Amino acid sequence: MSIELNARIPAGPLAAKWDKHRFEMKLVNPANKRKYTIIVVGSGLAGGAAAATLSELGYNVRCYCYQDSPRRAHSIAAQGGINAAKNYQNDGDSIQRLFYDTIKGGDFRAREANVYRLAQISVNIIDQCVAQGVPFAREYGGLLANRSFGGAQVSRTFYARGQTGQQLLLGAYQALEKEIAKGGVTMFPRAEMLDLIVVNGRARGIVVRDELTGRIEPHLADAVVLATGGYGNVFYLSTNAKGCNATAIWRAHKRGAAFANPCYTQIHPTCIPVAGEHQSKLTLMSESLRNDGRVWVPKRKEDVGKNPTDIPEQDRDYYLERKYPSFGNLSPRDIASRAAKEACDEGRGVGPGGRGVYLDFADAIKRLGEDRIRERYGNLFEMYERITAENPYKVPMRIYPAVHYTMGGLWVDYNLMSTIPGLHVAGEANFSDHGANRLGASALMQGLADGYFVLPNTIGDYLASTRLESVSADAPDVKAAVADVEKRTRTLLGINGKRTVASLHRELGRIMWEYCGMARDAGGLKKALELIPQLREEFWRDVRIPGAGTELNQTLEHAGRVADFLELGELMCRDALHREESCGGHFRTEHQTPDGEALRDDEHFAYVAAWEWQGEGKPQQLNKEPLVYENIKLSQRSYK
Amino acid sequence: MNLTLQVWRQPGPEADGGLKEYQASDISPDMSFLEMLDVVNERLIEAGDLPIAFDHDCREGICGSCGMMINGVAHGPSKATATCQLHMRSFRDGDTIVIEPWRARAFPVIRDLVVNRGALDRIIAAGGFISAPTGSAQDANAIPVSKQDSDAAMDAAACIGCGACVAACPNGSASLFTGAKISHLGLLPQGQPERFRRALNMVTQMDLENFGHCTLFGECQEACPKQISIDVISRMNRDFLRAAVTAPSDRAASGGDG
Repeated sequence: MSIELNARIPAGPLAAKWDKHRFEMKLVNPANKRKYTIIVVGSGLAGGAAAATLSELGYNVRCYCYQDSPRRAHSIAAQGGINAAKNYQNDGDSIQRLFYDTIKGGDFRAREANVYRLAQISVNIIDQCVAQGVPFAREYGGLLANRSFGGAQVSRTFYARGQTGQQLLLGAYQALEKEIAKGGVTMFPRAEMLDLIVVNGRARGIVVRDELTGRIEPHLADAVVLATGGYGNVFYLSTNAKGCNATAIWRAHKRGAAFANPCYTQIHPTCIPVAGEHQSKLTLMSESLRNDGRVWVPKRKEDVGKNPTDIPEQDRDYYLERKYPSFGNLSPRDIASRAAKEACDEGRGVGPGGRGVYLDFADAIKRLGEDRIRERYGNLFEMYERITAENPYKVPMRIYPAVHYTMGGLWVDYNLMSTIPGLHVAGEANFSDHGANRLGASALMQGLADGYFVLPNTIGDYLASTRLESVSADAPDVKAAVADVEKRTRTLLGINGKRTVASLHRELGRIMWEYCGMARDAGGLKKALELIPQLREEFWRDVRIPGAGTELNQTLEHAGRVADFLELGELMCRDALHREESCGGHFRTEHQTPDGEALRDDEHFAYVAAWEWQGEGKPQQLNKEPLVYENIKLSQRSYK
Repeated sequence: MNLTLQVWRQPGPEADGGLKEYQASDISPDMSFLEMLDVVNERLIEAGDLPIAFDHDCREGICGSCGMMINGVAHGPSKATATCQLHMRSFRDGDTIVIEPWRARAFPVIRDLVVNRGALDRIIAAGGFISAPTGSAQDANAIPVSKQDSDAAMDAAACIGCGACVAACPNGSASLFTGAKISHLGLLPQGQPERFRRALNMVTQMDLENFGHCTLFGECQEACPKQISIDVISRMNRDFLRAAVTAPSDRAASGGDG
């Protein structure tokens, strides 16, 4: 059976769709809003913003996060900035240009209507955040400052030093706390969603494990929002926080929500290289550094061991400036990452293991002085020095690509509703706006657009146009979902094998990085599809989880997440294998242009791949949503 | 490197706790402190013991989840560094390291090194915000903010809510945390309408949460991984005093349940 993938894109001209749709949507009258309960899982930019705004509108909101406070969601770690088509710099920006840059940056694999709406809303986001007191960088005249980011030739990125994500999240968190104090939001920290409750085909709640007591309980509602972030930790090493996981969206997938484009993962070009086997996570160095830093490797292999300052200018290969003269060091992430990998594959990589390239600020320091550079990037330079014990004002940084973001996620329509009615998905957890590659400073934009401006409108429409029967905790579907979670928890605790969860996770990560990372080919993906099920089998046979289920048990939490990654990883490889083209972050070595660029196949692959769960042990079924471009012309992406 | 750890182990909030000794052998100086604990934990699990529970998440010094007393110092020996960014090269081979949870009346221990910092959320809920419901904002450039004010607001806004200031304070005061938010919002024109009400409500909530009083020891700013200055406490005190004297009629003391 094939599900219906109706994107519900409003008719009419692109620029008028969202306005028209907002007029056509049904409204819930103010007095009735308080009769509805909405569950929001996740408290990052998308979840925090949605929970606060829905409460401001008058709904009863219940918000959940696995951390000890909603302020710790991983949006907080975003460094560089947030895009908006304000055109404050008078440099030719517009909604149309932000829309076009985003579609092109995504290698023509995103929906036009969604991306256009995102560009429209971008300007409201900046207004909203400033009103909340987000201390964006300013010029001496008191007006807002901007910087440039990859994939754009205008300066449209707003920033708060290197802590933009933190400041935007604190804005949303403070709005959330304001609503908690008013009683509109009930907050559940240290609570993990372990299943979705579907009654009569509609999402009606979640099963939650209280991390402190281990109590597993159903929480019921009229609509559910998942804003639980991405699944980059399937690679074990990524720039994600250690707790980031796919469990909420994966459980929803297994209850019927289609999973779209799982193979679209973003490898960020500027991260601190891996230092050793003990490495537990990778640290990003903001893309904003590429405004002033120049990326290079030695021209000759023989020079890689030399002190970088001893390598004269003519012996350096500034390969991004050479290959992509018009965008240079600000080429999009997928392109910059692959170029770094190529240079290292040629034996020209620097640092331990030869997996690194230089990001050099010497020219910028000469031009602007160390103080200006410190003002712009001081905290990033300090962070780099703290981790590597090297001073980037004196020697060039060493960087290497690392897993950073996942463009894939649960399939949603224009209203951000998944294939399960009543289940909405926002932020990185959905697949919606970035196609096959996300541009820098666009994740914050999308999370806040979804949370502040899209969902609060579309959920009202869902509630107003749906007749919901009351559901009680002893309904059979509810009890069955709770029983499933209890059984799974008991099973995990009962295995009592020999291998640690971390060792199995690391092994999965190595398989994914090797075969489903920056470059993929059919042979490797097939190999991964043999290895992952074996590892999964080993996990369920030999994992060791000490402690009990009725107390704080961090190993148990990790184990549940890794169990889900072991299933999701397989789907990612299948998706990557089926997509016989290269696009954005998905680079199949069999499909490239003569000069090594991604070679799309629009005739056969201009669609969203939405995978549908068929039951345990059965492969997911592929459904296709064709991508129709009415306003822009598909072209070979060029940043040359 | 080879190290001896003395780690606070406490099975639950009501249980007794105590220091337990572990050997951390073959530790690379390039490891972060938490990676060192990861290694110790994996060995504990392999040996059939319970791993040491500790909060952590982003491991880039920004989420504020991690934090422990390391040899009696909040976040350990490196200045302006959260525990996750502390590296083992800050220690010497053969060192003994004592690791304890934050010690404060307002932060009850949950398990081992994990404490409950919900009181900090409740202080924010009491007034640490600007009431600007979604959709009500004017154009972002309509309110100019001097670069100086904006930078000063950002300095205060850099707080990560880790609680090190409370743990480092001999009185267990949350004044640096509370003052940082009052300063961040109070320095901006957008924050003026609620400025005094905010100070009054946040300080009142802080008192209700079992935090101690500030006697300006200054230990908090030494421990702060974001180097927030105790100037924010002076600003808090000024705003609170003025608010208390003018006693607004809409005084509301209670926060939420965080």
